[in-house]
Amino acid sequence: MKAAVVTFPGSNCDYDLYKAVQQVGADAEFLWHRTHGLDGVDVVLLSGGFSYGDYLRAGAIARFSPIMDDVVAFAQAGGPVVGICNGFQILCEAGLLPGALIRNASLKFQSESVRMRVERTDTMFTRDYDEGQVLWIPMAHAEGNYRADADTLTRLEDAGQVLFRYVDAEGEATEAGNPNGSLNNIAGIVNEAGNVMGMMPHPERAMEDVLGSTDGVPFFTSLVGALAGSAS
Amino acid sequence: MSRFRIEIRVTPRKGILDPQGKAIHHALHSLGWEQVDDVRVGKALHIELDADDDAAARVEAEAMCRKLLANPVTEDFEVYQVEEA
Repeated sequence: MKAAVVTFPGSNCDYDLYKAVQQVGADAEFLWHRTHGLDGVDVVLLSGGFSYGDYLRAGAIARFSPIMDDVVAFAQAGGPVVGICNGFQILCEAGLLPGALIRNASLKFQSESVRMRVERTDTMFTRDYDEGQVLWIPMAHAEGNYRADADTLTRLEDAGQVLFRYVDAEGEATEAGNPNGSLNNIAGIVNEAGNVMGMMPHPERAMEDVLGSTDGVPFFTSLVGALAGSAS
Repeated sequence: MSRFRIEIRVTPRKGILDPQGKAIHHALHSLGWEQVDDVRVGKALHIELDADDDAAARVEAEAMCRKLLANPVTEDFEVYQVEEA
């Protein structure tokens, strides 16, 4: 199983992702954003960071990088694509995921660990979690406030496309448990086809006890296990 | 071909939470402007380009907005001014 980690100018979580993939026993390679071609790649990972300095809007310029033509074609052909933090913003800007991420309701860059509930376990991204499991995961962003129009939000919820939701200490998706103002406490979603997912928190920063949490590990074992199972 | 100066305004779509506008609204109130009812913060882009006439310049500017300059999920745009440079 080989994961491609795309590096844009300003990406800064690409090494974390690379290491997380290797930790769960898969191969990873870096792809510079100006290159083309995803031959032999089983999953594309778009990392966190500040691609193009977040100029104009977070992810707005990165989505036009050369590699993104390949990523869009790969996703449209059913290939798995994951965007974390800035990667999520890029996937929304590219139209591979619905909605948009705007400035946190606090107006601040928030770097803190949050509780996030697993809403579904029948996906390639979450199959090693338990349904309703509450994860302790770091987040670090200024634009993570998920927005979509009312129809889109209804469609997302009806189709079960919300994979992760911010929750409080009781595991409830309350306002108190919502760190950034996201509609319906949305932390992570998947597209209708089930192969493109994005989330604001950072599972790749929750991979070892010394980091304060290992709740990110099942995210990567899910993906690697699902893809190993489907590989020829 | 002539050179045109274009001003484009991009603003948060109505009904979309505008945290910056809200913070400035609060600040204006605490400075005594209690009559202020609403503040929304957007951006103005000043672009210079060459086009046959102002209609053609406007068409290009609108295409730029749709493709890159505004996010249709959260923002509205207006090609506010087109003038010959």
